[in-house]
Amino acid sequence: MPGHFEPLPGGGAAVALDDVEISIIRSLAVQLLELIGPGPAADTPDDPLAELFAEGPSEPPADPVLRRLFPDAYSDPEQAAGTSAEAEERRAHSAEFRRYTENDLRAGKRENALGVIRSLDALAPVDEGGAVLKLSPEESREWVGSLNDLRLAIGARLEITDEDDTDLLYRLPEEDPRKPMVLAYLWLGGLQETLVTTLMP
Amino acid sequence: MTSPAPVEIERTESAEEVFAVPEPDVPWVTIVHNDPVNLMSYVTYVFQTYFGYTKDKAIKLMLDVHHKGRAVVSSGSREEMERDVQAMHGYGLWATLQQDRK
Repeated sequence: MPGHFEPLPGGGAAVALDDVEISIIRSLAVQLLELIGPGPAADTPDDPLAELFAEGPSEPPADPVLRRLFPDAYSDPEQAAGTSAEAEERRAHSAEFRRYTENDLRAGKRENALGVIRSLDALAPVDEGGAVLKLSPEESREWVGSLNDLRLAIGARLEITDEDDTDLLYRLPEEDPRKPMVLAYLWLGGLQETLVTTLMP
Repeated sequence: MTSPAPVEIERTESAEEVFAVPEPDVPWVTIVHNDPVNLMSYVTYVFQTYFGYTKDKAIKLMLDVHHKGRAVVSSGSREEMERDVQAMHGYGLWATLQQDRK
């Protein structure tokens, strides 16, 4: 069945992918890797220790995808703005949180995306134009996280901010330039949904 | 051979002073916010996997997020909640922490 993970006996999951599907996922994962990058604090020289102890950024990223992947930890969208002193305090706490967590979060998301690329590159073609991807439970966890990051990234690019937006996207005319991205978004959703099912405790 | 310098008594005093500053005893909470991209099944999976919640509890919290726009998913010290929020961001869920002023 195209675009659907099936559970493997003994754990793990499998999906049949054709060459086009493989190259779409791979190219999206590479784009995500490039976007996440080492982070703004990693402009340290070739000293691995310096990089290890480097602080992350304190400002939210300018790119909407990165802002969604690394949101402010202390700003509740529904909390009354309060006094400007309280808002200032929340901003300061968010900045501090970001300094100590964003590098690790970026590294984790890079690891997942690299896991996706590695398993695609290890695929042996079974017949012309396709292959069966088999994932261990550990690889499945990397995949499910990375599929989620990819969908968040595409969702931010498509400016999906509430559920009505998703409904509108389903009904886009064929000639709309966003159509290919929408189709990729929906297809990745099906992959993620069926993969999550195989991972449910 | 040497033995530790006898500074114990003095040190205890200053240490007590440092720890005497009390944190207000109000717990902190981790809040997960609704977003239109994350799958309901994935959010349930994250609550079960990370927090170890039962399937029923995870589904109830997921539905709260979905219908009410937000749900408190854990509570504890500020440090613990920062850890939970960081983990939620790692999974791609939109989470914040705040002190639970009722």
